[in-house]
Amino acid sequence: MHDSLGYKITRAVVLTLLALFTLYPLWSLFSVSATTASAAGGVFRWIPKTINLHAYVAMWSSVPLLHFLLNSLLVSAVAAIVALPIAILAGYGLTRYKLAGSGVFLRVILATQVFPGVFFLIPLFVLYVTIQDSAGIALDGSYLGLIITYLTFSLPFAIWMLTGYLDTVPRDVEEAAMVDGAGRLRAFFSTTLRMAVPGVAAVGVFAFMTGWGEVLFASVLTNSATRTLPIGLQLFENAQGGVIQWNQLMAASITVSLPVVVGFLLLQRFFVRGLSAGAVK
Amino acid sequence: MAVTSVRDTSTEGGGRGSGPPASGAPKRRKRQIIPYFLLLPAVIAVAIVMVGPMLVGVLMSFLHLNQFTIANWTTAPWAGLANFRIAVNLSEPIARNLLSSLGLTAGYTVVVVGVSWALGMAGAVFLSDAFRGRAWLRSLFLLPYAIPVYVGVMVWTLMFQQNGAVNTLLGRDLHLVSQSTFWLAGSDAFWSMVITTVWRTWPFAFLMLLAGLQAIPREHYEAARVDGATRWQEFIKVTMPSVRQVSLLLVLITGFWTFNDFTTPFIMFSTAPPSSARLMSIEIYINSIVNLNFGLGAAMAVIMIILLIIASFVYLRLLNMRVGDVTNA
Repeated sequence: MHDSLGYKITRAVVLTLLALFTLYPLWSLFSVSATTASAAGGVFRWIPKTINLHAYVAMWSSVPLLHFLLNSLLVSAVAAIVALPIAILAGYGLTRYKLAGSGVFLRVILATQVFPGVFFLIPLFVLYVTIQDSAGIALDGSYLGLIITYLTFSLPFAIWMLTGYLDTVPRDVEEAAMVDGAGRLRAFFSTTLRMAVPGVAAVGVFAFMTGWGEVLFASVLTNSATRTLPIGLQLFENAQGGVIQWNQLMAASITVSLPVVVGFLLLQRFFVRGLSAGAVK
Repeated sequence: MAVTSVRDTSTEGGGRGSGPPASGAPKRRKRQIIPYFLLLPAVIAVAIVMVGPMLVGVLMSFLHLNQFTIANWTTAPWAGLANFRIAVNLSEPIARNLLSSLGLTAGYTVVVVGVSWALGMAGAVFLSDAFRGRAWLRSLFLLPYAIPVYVGVMVWTLMFQQNGAVNTLLGRDLHLVSQSTFWLAGSDAFWSMVITTVWRTWPFAFLMLLAGLQAIPREHYEAARVDGATRWQEFIKVTMPSVRQVSLLLVLITGFWTFNDFTTPFIMFSTAPPSSARLMSIEIYINSIVNLNFGLGAAMAVIMIILLIIASFVYLRLLNMRVGDVTNA
């Protein structure tokens, strides 16, 4: 293919601008994290005057960062692990059977994205408190309450993506396994699901990301013992005498971003496939 | 409940698979119930955490609910339409603020979704070409979507400070603005939010459009090329029609997300945003949780949802869009 010089220049310019726009905050994040607290609070410099990685050590003791990290890890991981089988079952049912109302179901799934989180916040809170008072199951300020919340908020999109993904996995192998005498569910698990593992993993990462980055419900449903990262990091703004420790805040931000970034980038291909399969139709 | 339905399915499935195909026929009617059990756990979970609170939320919008009555909310005094009347009575500041917040949020959504789509499209089209470094750029472009939302918002908040990176770039280095521009106040606050949200939304558009482009058969482009089409004509005549469905869904989903955005104004301005940054979600949060008028907040949220549902219906109808089709169904 012979592209004109004009096209190649346009492409180079556009892609460079997009790359710079993407990198600009990432570089700022890194640059501020690698300097002293006073320099981080001063005028921004592309390369810090004094390069100092002390923030990466100090951040662990300024606020109970490890505690928040473990809280977030527990809540997000359990929510993702529980969401997956539920979404797989639904995706299996939707793609392998002719179900009356499956179109309606998927439309409802999409429609749940309409509702603003702020609408659910107080009702969910009072429901949790009511259940807690009447049934004695601790939901407000407990891990369980957050887990159920995040599980449900990641579920619609997980079902949407997994349904799309499972729909692209050919049925022949599964049918062949059934002809060979495997039960329907076993045939599904040993063939289709095995082929869909990357897609399932990608959806798992997505479900994990939901809890890992959620702010609104965490601001109401957690207390000092169950506080998750998004709320916990805000404590850097008050730690040590009301001065925002920007260098530590940025260092902590990079640290907590790493696990999801790595997981996401490793699985990006499958993420794209699940996303598009549901949408391209 | 969920466990039972799984076990039922496996026994049923096993029965069918091990028997000869002919014997499957009489069992068919019974088996058609089983697949619905597969959806049951999902339906139950969504019902508990979404439908339940939804009903309570609608109920609350008809109650006088404040810090005193919330503890026994089931016995809170009935308000009828009083909360809704406050929310739409434009002679009072509360309703005027809500209306301006609605306009602001609509503008914010249109700009963020439009720009994100355009950037995503540009990135996806150019990265569909084969050249060196393509895989690196693709991973780079996805980074803002992968990092937690609040981290992205926090770093932009730092950059928009008076001595932050934005003034260093635009003021000190490029001399486009004053070095002491205060970005997080006045009407600039709106654009600061827009840039922050575009930064983390466009990678999602890029991701979906890239997948859409990859699904276009090569022959379509070859045919256009034989006809001597330029790259631009190719884009208009082949690419655009082919990704129409993906684009429409993308605009719908990112539109919902942006319209409902709470994280950006909350992390940037906490509960005291300048008037140019009072998006619907934060406006409702302030009325409900900061001012402790939960009934009014619920009524506002109900109004917001009704408007969103009407808007999405019009959108789906106007564009004759189909959603939720599975090949098998």
